Formats: sequence, structure tokens, C-alpha cells
Amino acid sequence: MSMLLIGHVVFWLVYAAILFVWRKQRIFWPLLALALLLLFNQIFTPGFFDLEIRDGRLFGSRIDILQQSTKVMLLALGMALVIGTGGVDLSVGAIMAVAGAVMAQLVVMHQCSPTVAILAALGVALAAGALNGLLVASFGIQPIVATLILMVAGRGIAQLISDGQAIPFSNETLSFIGSGYFLGLPFALTIVLIMLGITCLFTRKTALGLFIESVGDNDTASRFSGINARLVKFCVYIFCGLCAGIAGIVSTSNISRADANYTGLYLELDAILAVVIGGTALTGGRFYLVGSLVGALLIQTLTTTMYARNVSADIAPVPKALVIIAVCLLQSEKVRRFFARLLPAKKQTG
Amino acid sequence: MRVLLEARGLSKSFPSVRALDGVDFTVRAGEVHALMGENGAGKSTLIKVLTGVYQRDAGDTQFEGKSINPASPRAAEACGISTVYQEVNLIPHLSVAENICLGRQPTRIGMIRWGAIRERARKALARLDLNIDVNRQLSSYSIAVQQMVALARALDVSAKLLILDEPTSSLDEREVAELFKVISKLRDEGMGIVFVTHFLDQVYAVSDRITVLRNGALVGEYPVAELPRLHLIAHMIGKPVEEVEAMSHPHRDEEERLPSTPFMSVVNYGRTGSIQPFDLAIRPGEVVGLAGLLGSGRTEIARLLFGVDKADSGEMQVGGNVVRINSPRAAMRYKIAFTTEDRKAQGIIPNLSIRENIVLALQASRGAWRKISRIKQDELADRFIKALGIKTPGPEQLIKNLSGGNQQKVLLARWLATEPNLLILDEPTRGIDVGAKAEIEKLIASLRKDGMAILFISSELEEVVRDSQRVLVLRDRKVVGELIGDQITERAIMNTIAAPTPEGTAA
Repeated sequence: MSMLLIGHVVFWLVYAAILFVWRKQRIFWPLLALALLLLFNQIFTPGFFDLEIRDGRLFGSRIDILQQSTKVMLLALGMALVIGTGGVDLSVGAIMAVAGAVMAQLVVMHQCSPTVAILAALGVALAAGALNGLLVASFGIQPIVATLILMVAGRGIAQLISDGQAIPFSNETLSFIGSGYFLGLPFALTIVLIMLGITCLFTRKTALGLFIESVGDNDTASRFSGINARLVKFCVYIFCGLCAGIAGIVSTSNISRADANYTGLYLELDAILAVVIGGTALTGGRFYLVGSLVGALLIQTLTTTMYARNVSADIAPVPKALVIIAVCLLQSEKVRRFFARLLPAKKQTG
Repeated sequence: MRVLLEARGLSKSFPSVRALDGVDFTVRAGEVHALMGENGAGKSTLIKVLTGVYQRDAGDTQFEGKSINPASPRAAEACGISTVYQEVNLIPHLSVAENICLGRQPTRIGMIRWGAIRERARKALARLDLNIDVNRQLSSYSIAVQQMVALARALDVSAKLLILDEPTSSLDEREVAELFKVISKLRDEGMGIVFVTHFLDQVYAVSDRITVLRNGALVGEYPVAELPRLHLIAHMIGKPVEEVEAMSHPHRDEEERLPSTPFMSVVNYGRTGSIQPFDLAIRPGEVVGLAGLLGSGRTEIARLLFGVDKADSGEMQVGGNVVRINSPRAAMRYKIAFTTEDRKAQGIIPNLSIRENIVLALQASRGAWRKISRIKQDELADRFIKALGIKTPGPEQLIKNLSGGNQQKVLLARWLATEPNLLILDEPTRGIDVGAKAEIEKLIASLRKDGMAILFISSELEEVVRDSQRVLVLRDRKVVGELIGDQITERAIMNTIAAPTPEGTAA
């Protein structure tokens, strides 16, 4: 019991330290929102903060949240870059389904090795991303329309690949990817961290990040400054497709079943939401990778909270929406200034 | 002639500016009345007040003897005042007939009578001697035809006064001539026509009377025959005619020895509908000024040289080699830089820092992979903030928080960081305070001394005269003259702008 208490204290101390270090950063607000949500659960949801170690693995609601949020986190990484250029990619959920179907079909029907199946799935996802990029960057179609095409057609393609039925499979390698553990934590989380590392490397150690933000903030001025805006846009859609492919592989492996109808369903919306909660404006410009991951965590924590508190799945979206509105308002300068004006007395004394 | 519209003492203020200040304006039936003035003179505001887009603050408008105060463009149309705007503001995806009758479709028990619409559209177009298929989508026709359709729409409501707001800005010469034929025809039918344009030749080709505005106030109303071009220009820019005529030669430094080989030269370079073919050579250490009224083709030349627009005639040489520049990236490879006229839309990246805005072009020319290290970025930013005197709390300040002059300096820094051989400056001093203006002019002089070639575009003739070794004068999208050394005076520039050309008046 006392061990548990110490664990909680350590958790909150670390969290508080992170909040303090990033108190001036954009990421402070989503982190704060997540903290409030966790605090609510700490006080009101019994068992939420329980953490067990079994066979060298961690178990508990918080670990479940990490595992469940990996899909949206992966999508959010790609989506953050796309939104950074002022675009949006609605097709990521469908691309997940296509990638999952390709992988399962290759493993089950063609007895391919998991490596080949995964590479093929990623290849298809890259091609889907390239198609989006082509439509947006080369043909100048509005991103929301261009990616809507694959959003709608993608599930049909996935159905075609899987012959219209869900494909169950059993493969050790794949189930390790989907539900295995590494260093006591879900392996999928490792994939997220590797992808985060790669994305950070490519956007911050090269000038790609600057170009993405510049194109998103002012497309014309960027072109006049010699940036190849088309190429930048093309690349981010390809990358977004790749992230969706990985998310599709993780999601399909997790349930050992490729289901063209349900894999990644509505997750494009969660991904967009995660990016927005993370502080990136839908109009493009500055994008926040870690913020987007926190956004994904927040969304999953909300869902898990609803589940833990026995809120029926039918009405769960309502409180979820209220919390998300609150988070978005919290980030708005205008709203913060409004509240600051409401509390002048507090400001003087503080 | 019968007076059609008589406005007295019209005033209109906006929060920060008095756009119209007691302006009188009279249009008679059966005349073409040109409304002239520089940008911001109040032409658009006057038109918008007359057509009900804005409500006047003071004054009175009499139309055919009755006092009117239209509350909307529709109300103005009902009185008999119709307008054709600069940009065709029709709906491209609807048919020609639908566009002409939109919002006033003939109906029978609430159902649209398509036959009647087509018939009406055909009649309206026939009046303009235009015979086209009214069922086809509007966007399938050229801009000139679309302009005519807009005109037909304006005439469809038994208009007595027709206002044309820069109707010719996107038309070529032949199309302009076509439009003028129609205008003359309508005038002969007794319609009053108000014509707004930047093209002097067109004013003299088609108008009977000219009203000049400046800074929101009326300068005067003149019959065309009594207002020579030089006087018109003097009125527009607000200098007494005598002063314009007697303008003295400014003191000029002794012509320095310039290398004889140009850094860049173009021969017969042009683009249809944008700028007529021109020749230009610019040597290292030389400032070439482009002078001309707004819309005369100055920016078009800059865009062409920087590869924003592609030339469809002529050839360009850089350093003696024939090159093709068809994108800004290509221009940058040849060390050409371009600060645009529209800082906000085409220059700054508003939500990025000063540092990022400064390194942007240099980074773009290096490509994404060879990132400029943060240390180098900070050095660059600090150096230019100091060198150009950019007033900011620090390099991490967002550029959108700076004043116009400081934003302009950051954009200059962005291009100077790429160490260009040719710097194209389009209105670098527009909208910035006097101090910053002087600093930028000083900078131009020192860059020139260091051997940079500079193409300098400015609406302020004094600046062009002060800073340039050579000036190309433009009118109506055409280079109409070149002045060198001591020939460069404000008066010479204005004389060149005002000199009539046979082709222009033939329209």
C-alpha cells in the first residue's frame, strides 16, 4: 500500500516538474488539461491509478491508455506536419484499413513472412500518401477534397483486398508488434517513440520543419523566397501516409484481425483533434509534435475515463466533446485574456 | 448637356482615415467622364458611396433632379446607376444568360422562365454587338468577353448612369478598342458614363471630361481638351503645374566608372497581357529605376525578371550566358533577389521569428538538408539587426509584431543574406515612416557602391530621381523611354509618361 502511495507521489512530482519546466511553452496547456483529467481520476475513479508488475510487465489503466493511444499518436505525427503546411489529411483512417488488409492477406493467403507483409503494407501506405500529395501539390486540389477521395474509396479498396470479409490471422511477430511488451511497456509505444525521434530529426535537424511552417504560414511568400512549396507539401502527405500505414499495422496486429470496415474508423478525426489540442493551428504554420502526442493521450484518457466510469458508449461523446471544447478554449489567447480581466483582484494580490 | 448626377459635398470617413472630404461630382447625360487620381485618392470610395456600397457621412446626391441615398448596390441599380467592377465579379460556373439575369430572373408562379432569361440575355448582348452562345458557361469565354457580359448585366437594368471601375486593366489593346467602341455607342445613346482607369492614353482616347481627386478631396473638373497630360499628372500628384514645368535638375554625383559588361541583360523580353517586350541591361554597381504610374507595368517587369511569371518572348543573359528563368528558385541560382511590393501577402512569414524570416531565402537556396546551424542563424540575425538598425526586442520576436519599416528591413536582410548580384526592390519604401525611408535609400547607395546591381521601383519620383543612374519610364505596360544620368529629372520622367503615343490614341 505504501509502495503504491510512493508511486503516486513520484508520478505527480515528475508531472509537476515537467509542467514547471514547460510552463512557458505551448505544450503547457494540453499537459495541464491532461493533468486535471488524471487528477479527477485519481480522486474519483477507484483503481484508475493502480499499477501492477506481472512477469516484468506493467499493468494498469495508465498503461492501457498508452497502448490504446499509440494508433492516434502515430497518425498525429504525420497529421501535425500536414496541418503545419495548412492542409489536412482525411484519408489516414482508410489508409490504416488498406495497410492492415494488405498485411493480413499476404500473411494468410500467400504465407508471406511478416517482414515482407509489413514492407508491402508500408509500400501501399506510401503510395496512398503519394496520391494525396500529388492531388494536393501538383493538381492544386483543396486538401480536404483531395484526401476525401481516399477516405471514401480507401475502405472499398480494403474490402476488395480482403474479399469483403475480416481476415483473422495468428502470427507471433505481428502480435508482438500489436500487443507485445518491451522494457515492461507496450512495444507499440517504442514504435511511437522511434517515429517521434525520426520526425524530430527530419524536421528540426534539417530545414524541413522551417519550410513546412513557412509554407503553411504564407505559401506565396515562401515560394517567392525560393522554397519549393509543392515538393514540401508532396513530402508531408507521403510521410502522413507512412504514419497511417504503421498505425494500420499496429492496430491490425493488436487484434490479430484485419477488418476493412472498422480498422481506423473515425481515427482521422481523433488525429486532427490531437494535433489541434497540441497547439497547432488548422490554418497552418507552427506545428508541435510532442504536443500532438499529448493531445492523443488526452483523447484516449478521456475515452478510458468514460469507460471506467460506466458512461454508456452512446452518450460518451457528449462529455468528451465538452472537455475538448474546454481544452481548445484554454489555448485561446482571447479567452485567457478574458478570464484574466475577470479576475483583476487576484492578479493584484498575486 | 443635361445634368444626370450631381453630388455635392460628399464626405466619408473610416476609423483612421478621411477617405472623402466634401467632394463635388457632376455627370451629364451623353458624356464619358473620367475619374482620375492616384491610389488612395478616393476614387473607389466615391464610387462606392454613389452605388450604395458605403453610406455617405455628409453631402447630397441628386440624380435626375431627385435626391437619392442608395442603401445598397441594388437600390442604386433601381435608381438607374449600374457598375462594372475592375475584377469581373460574376459567377464563372453559371451560364452567360444566368449571369446576366441573376437576382432578377423573370418568373412565372415562382418558377424561373428559362426561355425568357435566354431571350433577355441575347438582347442585352446584342446591344453590345456581341453574338455568343448564352447557354455556355461563363468561364469558357475570355476575360474580355466576360467583361462584356458584366457590362451587359449592368445595362440589363435600364441603366442611365454606368460606372466602369478600371474595366480595361486585364484587357489587351484590341479588346480595349472593342470596349471603347461600345462605350462610345452607349454615350451616343445618351447614357452618362463614369470611367476610372490608370491608363492615361485611354482617358484621352475616350473621355469628354475629367475629374481629378487627391487625398480624398476634389482637385477640379476639366474638359479633356483643356487639360494637357502634364497638367493632369501635376494635379494627380499634387504639385503646382508651374513647379512641375520648372522643376530643376537635381545635383548628381559624377558618373562613376561602371563595368561595361552588364550583369544581366534582356532583349525583347515580354509577356502577353502583362508587359510588352522591352530591352534592359543592368551593370554591377548600377541602380536602374523603373518609373511610371501604378499599373504601368513596373511590377510586371520585376516578376518577369525574377521568374514569378514566365516570359513568352525574348531572351535573358546573365553574366554573358543565355539563361531561362522560369521560377524564383531559378532566379536565385543566378543570384537574383526580389523584395515584393506587397509585404504582407508576398513577403513576411508572419508567425515566424525575425531570425527565421532572415535565414529563409538563404536556407531555401541551400536546400533542406544543409541546415544553417543555429549558431550561424543567430549570427546572421544579429548582424543584420545591427547593420540595418531593425528595432526589435530580439531576434526571436515574431515578424508580425514589427512596424512596416522594420518588416521591410527584415525582408531586405533575408535577401542580402543570400549575397545577391542583382537586387530587385519593388516599392521598398511604401507605407513606412520617413526615417526608415531615408535609411533604406542610404542602404541602396552603399550596396551599389559595393558593386551590387539594383533595380529600383518606386511610386515616389523623387526617390527614383535621387537614387538611380538610369531610369526606364513605363506607361500602359510598355517601356516608353529611357533616361540616363543628368537627363533624370522628375519633369523629364513626367514628360515621358505624358507624351502621347500614336498606338495608344488610335484606340
